[in-house]
Amino acid sequence: MPTNTIDPNSWIDKYSDYLFNYTIVRVDDREIAQDLVQETFFAGLKSMKNFKGEASERTWLISILKRKIIDHYRKINSNKGKAEVRINYSGDSETEGDWLEERVADPYDKNAEGDLENEELGLAIHNCMGKLPEKQATIFKMKTIQGFDTEAICNEFDITASNLWVIIHRARTAMAECLEKNWF
Amino acid sequence: MKTTNKLFVTCEEAKHICDKNQYGEASIIEVIKLNVRLIYCKVTRAYSKRNTKLTKTIHKSNIHTISASQKKVMKHQLHKELSK
Repeated sequence: MPTNTIDPNSWIDKYSDYLFNYTIVRVDDREIAQDLVQETFFAGLKSMKNFKGEASERTWLISILKRKIIDHYRKINSNKGKAEVRINYSGDSETEGDWLEERVADPYDKNAEGDLENEELGLAIHNCMGKLPEKQATIFKMKTIQGFDTEAICNEFDITASNLWVIIHRARTAMAECLEKNWF
Repeated sequence: MKTTNKLFVTCEEAKHICDKNQYGEASIIEVIKLNVRLIYCKVTRAYSKRNTKLTKTIHKSNIHTISASQKKVMKHQLHKELSK
């Protein structure tokens, strides 16, 4: 029985950061990632009728986004034309024998593993931020992730510095609790 | 919340300083006050440890977000599409 509903008006506030974080680690370009997220929302609007409510809104949007990312890479590859494969490990006597060393994976190179863990952690943080009240989440993001000045945030939300620190304190406490349950 | 001039601060004040310190916004005097409290208060020590862990975790995650201004643009475009 369908239990999830769809509300496009809240998509940007609820899911844009989560989807953006998911995308940027895959495309490594802020602008492209932003475009893909926006395209995902547009595609979501068009196929709203197909939403059965069996999965959550976010899961459904992620499935659309995955297709958008694949399309993006297909487009890049078709622009490039044929894939170029260059293997040239013969003929040069000076470098003969180096190929084996170059081809063996470096056991100390843990970048891929580290990236994966960072991505998962990033998504876990977004999950936890999604559970905060909207204003608290926005202020916490601006202060902690985007690095805005206290003064700038106070002006934006028309609050005093004391209010801001109370909000930050509540958000940090909730975030620590949530991450303790889901990550640490 | 303002911190008092006394060297010994309450637990709540210490937590407030600890929060500010995570963003490098606590003054030297405030940091000293926090450190004094940390010597004898278990609750502050636990809070500080947890708070520092949260800061480190967020830094480590290399998390990305869309700026508020860009979100406004995205919302505007989405509403335009919705009203079509």
